[in-house]
Amino acid sequence: MISKLPLIGRKHRSRNTPETDAAVDEASAQRSSVSLTWRRFKRHKLALVSLWIVIGVYLIAIFADLIAPRPAGDYNADYPLLPPQSMTLTDPGDGRGFGLYVHGYTQEIDEVSWNRYYTEDPDELHRIEFFVNSGHDYEFLGLFTTDRKLFAPADPDAPFFLMGSDSNGRDIFSRVIYGTQVSMSIGLIGVVLSLVIGIALGAAAGFFRGVVDTVIQRITELFMSIPSIPLWMALAAAIPREWGPLTIYFAITVLLSLIGWTSLAREVRGRVLTLRSEDYVVAARLDGASRVRVIRRHILPGLTSHIIASVTLAVPAMILAETSLSFLGLGLQPPVVSWGVLLQEAQNIRSVITAPWLLIVPSTAVVIATLALNFLGDGLRDAADPYGGATR
Amino acid sequence: MIQYTLRRLGWSLLTIWLISIVCFFIIQAPPGDFVSVLMAQAEEDGRRLSAAQIEVLRERYALDQPWYAQYWAWMSGIITQGDFGYSFRWNRPATEVIMEYLPFTLLLAGGSMFLTWIIAFAIGIYTAVKRYSIGDYFFTFLGFIGLSVPNFVLALVFMYIAFAHFGMTVGGLFSPEYVEADWSVARVMDLLQNLAIPALIIATAGTAGLIRITRANLSDELVQPYVVAARARGQKENVLLMRYPVRAAMNPFISTIGYAIPSVISGEVIVSSVLSLPTTGPVLLGALRNQDMYLAGSFLLILGVLTVVGTVISDLILAWADPRVRRQHSGAAQ
Repeated sequence: MISKLPLIGRKHRSRNTPETDAAVDEASAQRSSVSLTWRRFKRHKLALVSLWIVIGVYLIAIFADLIAPRPAGDYNADYPLLPPQSMTLTDPGDGRGFGLYVHGYTQEIDEVSWNRYYTEDPDELHRIEFFVNSGHDYEFLGLFTTDRKLFAPADPDAPFFLMGSDSNGRDIFSRVIYGTQVSMSIGLIGVVLSLVIGIALGAAAGFFRGVVDTVIQRITELFMSIPSIPLWMALAAAIPREWGPLTIYFAITVLLSLIGWTSLAREVRGRVLTLRSEDYVVAARLDGASRVRVIRRHILPGLTSHIIASVTLAVPAMILAETSLSFLGLGLQPPVVSWGVLLQEAQNIRSVITAPWLLIVPSTAVVIATLALNFLGDGLRDAADPYGGATR
Repeated sequence: MIQYTLRRLGWSLLTIWLISIVCFFIIQAPPGDFVSVLMAQAEEDGRRLSAAQIEVLRERYALDQPWYAQYWAWMSGIITQGDFGYSFRWNRPATEVIMEYLPFTLLLAGGSMFLTWIIAFAIGIYTAVKRYSIGDYFFTFLGFIGLSVPNFVLALVFMYIAFAHFGMTVGGLFSPEYVEADWSVARVMDLLQNLAIPALIIATAGTAGLIRITRANLSDELVQPYVVAARARGQKENVLLMRYPVRAAMNPFISTIGYAIPSVISGEVIVSSVLSLPTTGPVLLGALRNQDMYLAGSFLLILGVLTVVGTVISDLILAWADPRVRRQHSGAAQ
């Protein structure tokens, strides 16, 4: 028996006086389980904040075209490895008015090392405008074509690299925004796939027990006992390179979920084992309900909150796996942009030393997303599990 | 206990067999068979393999026969002669390459397992005893950070700090003056020093989960009547803590150790590749990139077998420590 712990939330319970507790109990008797779970979840402040962060990250992924100032593959060969730029609120006094500006640069190239040295040019100011026509057309959510960007320099050729540029002069900020689409969706799709496998096998093992359970348990253990990264590496290396980016994307997703379903299956099995001996399930069975009906109608609904929690915890693991694989060059390949692909640029210590932002910016995105998802999953698990003593 | 041990060993043999099949299919996955790859490689180097050589190789790996015969040829070579096949990139038997790199992998994996336990155990007890204190939040948060930051990013950050602030180049397991030196106490100390940081980096990923489990179980034990009784008898808090609840909370801790091993091995592969340590990680990565499949498959097989062995050992320790486990597995419980 492995019990879960509430990370933070439970402390607040002590604030209730006995009277309010009694009132709460009476009220909660009439509430649905969803609203009860939600109430427990809200006590977990960190998880609540994380929920908003996760929503925000997915919104960024959905509106990437609008938010990113430049297209993912767009490069400006004049500005390779430009350090992150800062915006200033100022009025240049030439009639353009008060607003956000970035500086232009003068650059020198070291004849020996071919390193570029950028110096800010105090006289050259480029105005940043909101909802500006950028000249780069895109389909807004597949509805209509536009070239408006949330914010971009008024002059399309001006250097605008909020978080620096890579060795080809591409904007890291825009690329990280676009990377959100691939990295976050691969986690989500991968988890849905492993959910299907995990629920099917876990529910079957927990419900039928006996030989079915033993066989499924052994298969689960087999997958858990192989170190996942080497196995992923080996399977990913077997993907033919001549496949298109989209096919590789799906192949990687399938690989991640083929190995990632085990913990879900174990969780589901444990819950089903407890649920199947509940009175209402026994009653349904004695009533002559078919096995499929008992599983679908009586057991799966009782699992929902646990499944949601486990799924939330599985997403960050998938994101990390994709990032690691792509970083090693075995996962997604350019021109696909994911956080892991972006981190390929920070492959060796030399490039990290010359351009630390190549490492810092994409990995910050990874850490924010995975940390928020982990906290969210943790909060959901506590909320789904009021007594903290679920079986595995 | 004997019955449980035998059953557990039987299952692990089955698992190892299944792993070997998975590895074999990975070896088979790239297009073209091993000998044709070898011939292409030889031609690139301006050599030619003689027809007789090719024939011997085809015979050895049963390449003209169906897959199960090829599998058998590979497996029987491993079991009877310890022959894992041939690495065409290294132009050496895969066994030699593996034996050269495996010891450091074991050392590193063992070291980070050890660190994971120590850290998780200490922090787990601390956070359970001081629940909801600042320290509890701090360590729990730290654990989550460790869980959320990719290992390779930590490795790169570490290299960056070491270089930018201390002027050290990191990589390798020995300082320059010891690389070629004979084994001595000083060299061993140097090795341990260089191992500490990679081991710590790998350990970050696994500790969060173990901390949570220790904390949860110990929290459950701390409110048990026997703890109150012991306290009422006037037993000192520290003695009491270690004597009863910690011991009771140890069992789930031991049982998860088995599953921490795969994560440590996974972390080792990535961290070593970034830090270019002379362990299996970079070699496996190189083998996969170059489709040097016998070497890659063999590494995978060995890592898998090691994990299974580790898991079995931890299960046996658990069964020895907790009679309920022995009974549960034989179906007597429930």
